[in-house]
Amino acid sequence: MKSITVRYFAMFREHAGIAEETLSIDAATAHDVFEHTRERHGSAEPNGHCKVAINDQMADWDSPVSDGDTVLLFPPVAGG
Amino acid sequence: MVEVTETPIDTADLQRSLTNPAAGGYCAFEGWVRNENEGHVVKRLEYEAYEPLVIAEGEKVLAEAKERFPYLEARCVHRVGLLELGECAVWVGVASAHRDEAFKACRYIIDQIKVRLPIWKKEHYANGDSGWVNCERCAAHGIAD
Repeated sequence: MKSITVRYFAMFREHAGIAEETLSIDAATAHDVFEHTRERHGSAEPNGHCKVAINDQMADWDSPVSDGDTVLLFPPVAGG
Repeated sequence: MVEVTETPIDTADLQRSLTNPAAGGYCAFEGWVRNENEGHVVKRLEYEAYEPLVIAEGEKVLAEAKERFPYLEARCVHRVGLLELGECAVWVGVASAHRDEAFKACRYIIDQIKVRLPIWKKEHYANGDSGWVNCERCAAHGIAD
């Protein structure tokens, strides 16, 4: 099990009802964290157009996560 | 330079900040709050950004643009918070020796900003509903693009 702090933004934050939480989960990659939070908060948004960052660095869904990491989950972006 | 601001964007001031004696051309793009999207009447927009990565990723975009279309000066500002119709949500300005680089770099920068930077847009509609733009879950329900 790893201690992972997850931060939610925009739609994800509204859906989860919180901006951040620390989870004790069995996750190898950023995608595992995403799937865990989807189930946890009943989100229907697929990860296809979402982005992820680990410890303030943009990452890929298959990027590994380590104990103590902060994973930032970004719903589909829409700047401009 | 890439910035996020909660206050109205002063485009004239930004243009002046790109002044360079070697520049023979300047091109800017302004994104404005529009009153309609996908058939919905939009009353106002709400932008949210994760500033640390908007800056970091935005600076990468400027560097990529400079490599592809060597310019002299470039700057980008994105607004956050509640914006009313007609307000400027994003401004990109590029100064270069010749117009071609300015046009192309400006286009590259705004196109990349829209798809890469962690910025989110919530539309507030005339009927009181609201929706996050580009959210698939919302799109499936016909709420927003």
